[in-house]
Amino acid sequence: MSVAIQINGISKAYQLGVINTGSFSSDLIRWWALKRGKEDPYLQIAEENDRSSLGSSNIVWSLKDVTFNILQGDSVGVMGRNGAGKSTLLKILSQVTHPTTGQIKIKGKVASLLEVGTGFHPELTGRDNIFLNGAILGMRKQEIKTKFDEIVAFSGVERYIDTPVKRYSSGMYVRLAFAVAAHLESDILIVDEVLAVGDVEFQKKCMGKMNQLGKSNGRTILFVSHNMAAIKSLCKQALFLEKGKVKSFGETGTIVNDYLSAYSVRQAGDGAIPCGSSLHGTGEARYTRFQICKNGNGCEDFFFGEKPSLLVHMEVYQHISDAVVGVHLVNIYGEKIMMMTPDKNYKSVMLEKGSYQFSIEIDEILMPGEYSFNLAVSKYNTGSDIDYLESVGTLRVLRDSIDHELDYPWATIHGFLKPQSIWDIKRI
Amino acid sequence: MEDPQWDVVIDAKESKGRSSFKDLWRYRDLLWLLVRRDFVSFYKQTILGPIWFLIQPIFTAAIYLFVFGNLAGLSSDGIPPPLFYISGITAWTYFSETLVKTSGVLRDNASIFGKVYFPRLIMPLSIIFSNLFRLGIQLMLIFIIMSYYLITSDLVIITPAIFLLPFVIIVIAVQSVGIGLFVSAITSKYRDLALLLGFGLQLLMFTSTVVYPLSGVGGIFKLIVAANPLSFAIELFRFSMFGKGTIPIEGLLYLCGITTTIFMLGLISFNRAEKTFVDTI
Repeated sequence: MSVAIQINGISKAYQLGVINTGSFSSDLIRWWALKRGKEDPYLQIAEENDRSSLGSSNIVWSLKDVTFNILQGDSVGVMGRNGAGKSTLLKILSQVTHPTTGQIKIKGKVASLLEVGTGFHPELTGRDNIFLNGAILGMRKQEIKTKFDEIVAFSGVERYIDTPVKRYSSGMYVRLAFAVAAHLESDILIVDEVLAVGDVEFQKKCMGKMNQLGKSNGRTILFVSHNMAAIKSLCKQALFLEKGKVKSFGETGTIVNDYLSAYSVRQAGDGAIPCGSSLHGTGEARYTRFQICKNGNGCEDFFFGEKPSLLVHMEVYQHISDAVVGVHLVNIYGEKIMMMTPDKNYKSVMLEKGSYQFSIEIDEILMPGEYSFNLAVSKYNTGSDIDYLESVGTLRVLRDSIDHELDYPWATIHGFLKPQSIWDIKRI
Repeated sequence: MEDPQWDVVIDAKESKGRSSFKDLWRYRDLLWLLVRRDFVSFYKQTILGPIWFLIQPIFTAAIYLFVFGNLAGLSSDGIPPPLFYISGITAWTYFSETLVKTSGVLRDNASIFGKVYFPRLIMPLSIIFSNLFRLGIQLMLIFIIMSYYLITSDLVIITPAIFLLPFVIIVIAVQSVGIGLFVSAITSKYRDLALLLGFGLQLLMFTSTVVYPLSGVGGIFKLIVAANPLSFAIELFRFSMFGKGTIPIEGLLYLCGITTTIFMLGLISFNRAEKTFVDTI
């Protein structure tokens, strides 16, 4: 297989703060340094992109020395937290902006979908917009004409095709926009999280189309998403970016695990949560201890059918009148399976200054597999998070029940919970 | 350096522009669709439709006729005053509208440019052509008024110079786009110049031959007016249609020289700015 995209030492520096007289004087200094054949003085003091800490330089590296190759026909998922440089990478690859250093070589025609419906004009009809949007994405008029009926059928807005798109519902708008993009002929497809729009049924249609393009048509796909499940189902390979650098690159399963374990909270033996594990929060309260228990003792492995209990400690630093305490059960892809709250109706509770202990009995039977927890406490009225942690603790449910009566015969899981269902079987 | 193995090479060190004629040609369909979009969206939901293209020059010409022709009594170089003013306004409108729209082209289209790559020059080109369409309609109006004078008087004559008309229009288009591209490049980071534009345009208009002929200016002012790149262009515009006035050969050479200079300056600065402007706009 030959290389489709060769990325060599790509970096991108961004300037923070406002552009005004002050930035003009540093522009002059930079210009003078470059004129004399020197290095850019500001790039030398540029810092890595860490939002939470205040740096001394107002230049940050959104991407730093990114190097990797993508083979023809590969589908690569790009993952990373917000601000890891995913979008910057796609922007550079789509030639929307230019890198600060490095070189990229691409073989084949690139179609990049950083957004659907770019260039849609509200006054024009659906028909006109198909042509305009298609041309903006690089299609020839003739090409659009031959695919026109297919595009309209895919979008499912036949009836409105001669109505200005400003009269469309937002769902119809997105359908039409994606339909054009889906019919783009290219060797390489670059997709940003455009699938996070539209209803579930349409999202499925989009994922199906992408899958078809990648697997049967052999296109090279670069796909950015926060959705681990989508990346797993679509991509053979994955790239994990952290603070603008390549953390790891390889087979999707391995990288997804890397990604999740990189951000899971490491606890001490007694379940104490170290300071600074929070992803965000106002700091008015803090989760301090989390332990998964069986019969009052810390335990991670459970037989099928056993119900785990949780022991959670929280330190409250000031009076909170409307706290919503929530513990999410999440699967290994970080997807939330259920939320548990102290109040059955999801109402808020009042927390006084001091230490709290929550003992939680999970009254559900979990299907065999591996799980973790997200801990959240937020304000009911404003919705702002007071403390939020992801991937705390590991809970494993084995395929065997303790008495071997409940036996789970399959290697793959069928859902996550085992609800009670009453069956009545009759021969008719 | 072209490497035949690769279709696209993005190199941070490459500072030259990247819109080649081949690229522009490949996107020609987009160009026409954009022109069509501009035209259609201009008169959507209006009753008079494209007639609006004519109303503006007629009213402006009437006002100029009153203020500059009647009150101030400026010369019209032997050309019937209505024709003189409407031709000046038509040329000026084409120039100023193309300039204003081109100078904002990076900012106005930032949302598109920030998401999709296509040769950025397609946008300014589409502005030239959609304004050219309006110009065409306005020229028809001029020819209608002209035919009236052709039949009833001998104030206007058709000469072979009429074949110069396409050339003059190209000159005006190239000048306005050149200045516009330059302003758009400069203002992609610092917007100071954009604030100066409205004032600058007024200055340009009154120091060019829109409301008076070059022959009506004397002394030091003649030099200033003649130095305005637009002056000879408008003089030539009138000369080609009405056959009145003379264009010195030095004027013609100056016109060609200054137009090329402006255009190259605009093109080079635009090509430098367009690669990273999405970061600073």
